[in-house]
Amino acid sequence: MSQIQEKTQVIRLEQLTSDIVRLTLEAPNIASIANPGQFVMIRTGNSNDPLLRRPFSISQTSSDGCFQILFKVVGRGTSLLSHCREGEYLSVLGPLGRGYRIDTQRRACLVGGGMGIAPLLFLGKRVLRKCPDLRPVVVLGAKNREELAPLIDDFAALGLKVHAATDDGSLGHHGLLTDVLKALDLGSRCMTYVCGPKQMMTAVHLFCRSMHYGCQVSVETSMACGMGACLGCIVPLEKGGYGHSCSDGPVFDAEDLVWTL
Amino acid sequence: MKFVDCTESAVDLQVSIGSLTLKNPIMTASGTFGYAKEFEAYVNLHRLGAVVVKGISLLPRSGNPPPRIVETSCGMLNAIGLENVGVDRFISEKMASLNGVNVPVVVNILGDTVEEYREISKRLADVEGIAAIEVNISCPNVKKGGVAFGTEPEMAAAVTTAVKESCSVPVIVKLSPNVSDITIIARAVEEAGADAVSLINTLIGMAIDHRTRRPMLANVIGGLSGPAIKPVALRMVFQVSQAVSIPVIGIGGIETVADVLEFMLAGATAVQIGTANFINPRASEEAVEGLTRYVIDQQLHSVRELIGGLVLSD
Repeated sequence: MSQIQEKTQVIRLEQLTSDIVRLTLEAPNIASIANPGQFVMIRTGNSNDPLLRRPFSISQTSSDGCFQILFKVVGRGTSLLSHCREGEYLSVLGPLGRGYRIDTQRRACLVGGGMGIAPLLFLGKRVLRKCPDLRPVVVLGAKNREELAPLIDDFAALGLKVHAATDDGSLGHHGLLTDVLKALDLGSRCMTYVCGPKQMMTAVHLFCRSMHYGCQVSVETSMACGMGACLGCIVPLEKGGYGHSCSDGPVFDAEDLVWTL
Repeated sequence: MKFVDCTESAVDLQVSIGSLTLKNPIMTASGTFGYAKEFEAYVNLHRLGAVVVKGISLLPRSGNPPPRIVETSCGMLNAIGLENVGVDRFISEKMASLNGVNVPVVVNILGDTVEEYREISKRLADVEGIAAIEVNISCPNVKKGGVAFGTEPEMAAAVTTAVKESCSVPVIVKLSPNVSDITIIARAVEEAGADAVSLINTLIGMAIDHRTRRPMLANVIGGLSGPAIKPVALRMVFQVSQAVSIPVIGIGGIETVADVLEFMLAGATAVQIGTANFINPRASEEAVEGLTRYVIDQQLHSVRELIGGLVLSD
């Protein structure tokens, strides 16, 4: 596995909503080898407080050596990062972890909730480039129109049709994203690629199981290092014991994980 | 700018831990550097004084349930629960993969009973490539674990004796700071034959989420590490180095060459870099480079001049 510590320059910081930020970083070495579903560890400041790097999945890479991340300001690390300035340098480790495994034999369905939408854009682009025959279907959900609309635009720009759901009904289906998923005709052979809140991933996993669809989920855990040393980022495995989301994941086959129903 | 030869060959950085000579005093701390291979993408392992691998028990352990780590001010709490592959898989897989990496490997060991410590040491005794054994008598995470050994001088001595009797490599005993007087434990393990002591292990701590009214760690309590514990570690290294005549290895919040210098001045012969590896995987190698530059710039004959060089009066 190839990993790099790279000094990256902040190219663009976009405030998509009052608390959602999209950051574009110039990191030619990381961008050129990253795969969809992989993540980076970013140092959000230069002091010892906050001490640890923060993990972010890569939401897309560009041919000019940049990658993007998408995040909601939830704590001190993300708050600091949301105040970085264009031109500033940030220390980044990456690309880390095992990303999505594209199943070339089955219809692709991308299912993302909230900030979990981020890695699916990268995956959608990769699927379109490598296996356009898979005709990816995209199902995205978020709190409301304000949060979801700017994220949908990126998929629409790829020519992908997006099926939307919002908690308040301000865009697309009023209710759960799984309702939208269940109403779609995905045929008999389908692989879903999922990232989002745990409850939503649980529901998607159960639906996929009932339909005999494949299901890959990207999990989010707290972690200190991102490279298999701290052993902090565990997820319980169906076969017993734990997997490490930084090195065995963050993308797992849903059937391999323990789901609390 | 002056060209600095950072190959360490031009500068005398050697230190001795018992019969083991290290090319420089920079080691990595157990539990923060995996089995070393994880860091190969970032670090030229052969440039380090030694690596200390993740603590090994007789049987594999899966560790504590999540959440296992939480960030605190200038530090982190962990309750990993001593997850490790067990001594047999460590020897067949991890040690085997470290063959050819030209760096002394120190194996950290832990157990629930004196006999377990003895048995692990026996199995490691004939394995090629092991430079020393570090005995964890202080891990605070497992309820039945090492904490009792590290807090009772007699028990700490008994474990030390058992390990010394079972292997011929130098034995380093890693001390717990969660005691009323760490020098008593240090003297006890020295008398039992320890070749060196390393300190400090993590300080037992706790974090609470007031919104949920729940502890932040599934294990409720965990070990605090990082820059937050450095002053405590420095104080204990200073006290222990005056109380024993065996080498002291300093651990606790070391990130930069300045930290290394402070620990050596306090009395440490070598140091271990721990939590800093998580934030900057190159921290250990950068410390070697910084120390090399310092010894050249200060025109020291050897890095050993720093050990215990603290100036206490005018």
